[in-house]
Amino acid sequence: MSATDRSAPPTPGNRPNPARWLVVAVPYLWLFLLFLVPFVIVIKISLSLTAIAQPPYTPVFDLAGGIGGLIDGISEFTVENYLWLTEDALYARAYLSSLTIALVSTALVLLVGYPIAYGMARAPKGLQPTLLMLIILPFWTSFLIRVYAWIGILKKEGLLNQLLLWIGVISEPLTILNTNTAVYIGIVYSYLPFMVLPLYAALERMDRTLLEAAADLGCPPIRAFWKITFPLSLPGVIAGCFLVFIPVTGEFVIPDLLGGSDTLMIGKTLWAEFFANRDWPLASAVAVVLLVILVVPIVLFQNHEMKRAEREA
Amino acid sequence: MFAPLSRYPLAAAVLAASIAGALAEDKVVNVYNWSDYVDEEVLAAFTAETGIEVVYDVYDNNEIVETKLLAGGSGYDVVVPSAPNVARLIQAGALQKLDKSKIPNLVHAWEAITARLSGYDPGNEYAVDYMWGTTGFGYNVAKIAERMPDAPVDSWAMIFDPEVVSKFADCGVYLLDTPEELIPAALNYLHLNPDSKETAEIEEAAKLLKTIRPYIEKFDSSEYINALANGDICLAVGYSGDVLQAADRAAEAGAGVEIQYVIPTEGAAMWFDSFIIPSDAPHPDAAHAFIDFMMRPESAAANSNYVYYANGNLESQSLLYEDVIGDPAIYPGQQTIDVLYTTTSHPPRVQRIVTRAWTNVKSGS
Repeated sequence: MSATDRSAPPTPGNRPNPARWLVVAVPYLWLFLLFLVPFVIVIKISLSLTAIAQPPYTPVFDLAGGIGGLIDGISEFTVENYLWLTEDALYARAYLSSLTIALVSTALVLLVGYPIAYGMARAPKGLQPTLLMLIILPFWTSFLIRVYAWIGILKKEGLLNQLLLWIGVISEPLTILNTNTAVYIGIVYSYLPFMVLPLYAALERMDRTLLEAAADLGCPPIRAFWKITFPLSLPGVIAGCFLVFIPVTGEFVIPDLLGGSDTLMIGKTLWAEFFANRDWPLASAVAVVLLVILVVPIVLFQNHEMKRAEREA
Repeated sequence: MFAPLSRYPLAAAVLAASIAGALAEDKVVNVYNWSDYVDEEVLAAFTAETGIEVVYDVYDNNEIVETKLLAGGSGYDVVVPSAPNVARLIQAGALQKLDKSKIPNLVHAWEAITARLSGYDPGNEYAVDYMWGTTGFGYNVAKIAERMPDAPVDSWAMIFDPEVVSKFADCGVYLLDTPEELIPAALNYLHLNPDSKETAEIEEAAKLLKTIRPYIEKFDSSEYINALANGDICLAVGYSGDVLQAADRAAEAGAGVEIQYVIPTEGAAMWFDSFIIPSDAPHPDAAHAFIDFMMRPESAAANSNYVYYANGNLESQSLLYEDVIGDPAIYPGQQTIDVLYTTTSHPPRVQRIVTRAWTNVKSGS
């Protein structure tokens, strides 16, 4: 969303121009059709009651019923599903656990991604396109297959354990698969490019004469890094963190394939409500609450980006 | 190894649905069945004889099937869900009544199975049994004997007695990832009605499951076949045919892994997978022809000989291999059949409690 908003910066002082309006309208139309309309439908289902029917909830709006039918339907709306979410600590724990996993993963991805991006930005200019390509290359293989490959690496008789046993670091195979450790490994691996790319963009356009000046004035390199390089890369750090944190919170595939049965994440809870329970209304309520929780960091991100755009302008 | 991939078959379904639309006029039947659940030569024979092409798509999960059929417009003509799902789909109006005049081979149906299936499908109007089986457990003979020489291997105590199951935790215990199987099994072990709809009783079953939760490595409904066969785990609650398949694969691999399937003496769930036709099936005639072909004794026997499950076709029994019809784990004797129970689907309110209890059990809280 942020990307589309940024693509249409406010242009004060310009005369209204029909062509400009058309261009601005495209992202809004896109958001309206592919975000707002589906979201309103999800909200509507979250206010419905589950039923053994096709589709499995009630009321179902029949356009043939006209306005009267619509009002009848709306009068049947209920907040029962939202109340149910508060009745058992399970849902709160699932949200909290998802946020914790997302937060820890984001920190890990940053720790791993920063040196990579730094190394890329400092590499010889001729080598940089190749390095960039290597970061993007894994996207050419299906995400699902790549996560699946980790099962082969992490399982008890998998490649990692065989290697460690062979080197002699361990005498018993480690249990990594089906634990939260495996989930973290999978997330760090899968989301690394989302962190590296904005970091690289920020580091690459940094003015290196600043570091030379610091060195001339007697500042040791490590101090110069924290005083100059890191603050200047902060926009990349923040963008990368949001790009990782937000999707990881709702992640389903990685915890499902690599996590254990006690890996509690809201994506898995939502799956269980929707498929195992056939409870579309409750699943919708879970999704709406998740979105509300995520809107907070999204708004923070937007504010930050807008302030930055203003500063730079 | 690739079984869980089929848990994400949405793309496949969209594709199948669009193909179904394009070929609506052609002679096609879109079949949606469990993975590893048919002898493909039977499908080829059907196409050779009728000229109807079979578009065959697979799943490993009842929930996804039911959700797709409830959403409508799945594009499938023949689907093979389990009985409680069939009961709900009938209630939701998602299925069409079978035109039995188009399925003359129904005369071969096994009355004993049809009668039990009518508990889900009153009057047997919507569903024809394909395969049936039990939900028990499989174990690795050597590894269990090594850890507990006097293990109660024919009892649910292997799973539900914390004293016993804790001894096997180090070599791996898997449970099916479905409350529809484990809650009834726990209720049955507690001498309660396995089909109970009482919140208090369901919670008691959940409490029992929580006491054994620390010894369970994973809740999973498909990977256990390979895990048992490779000797990665030593105990798994599973479906009869799946465990027998694991035993078969282990024997073929010749790595010294021996897997035994058990229908515990306390009783076990009996389940049915039946052919149904969705109400919006694009090729209902082809669907009837397909079901009729599958109900030929020769087809049913070929499928059972291939997948190691018992079928619902009485005439086919004379054509079965001896290691299928003669194996009490596949075709149990009357004494065992008498202790098998069936379960029905829960009303929505109870279903929520069951799922929530299950999520709590799994997350270990």
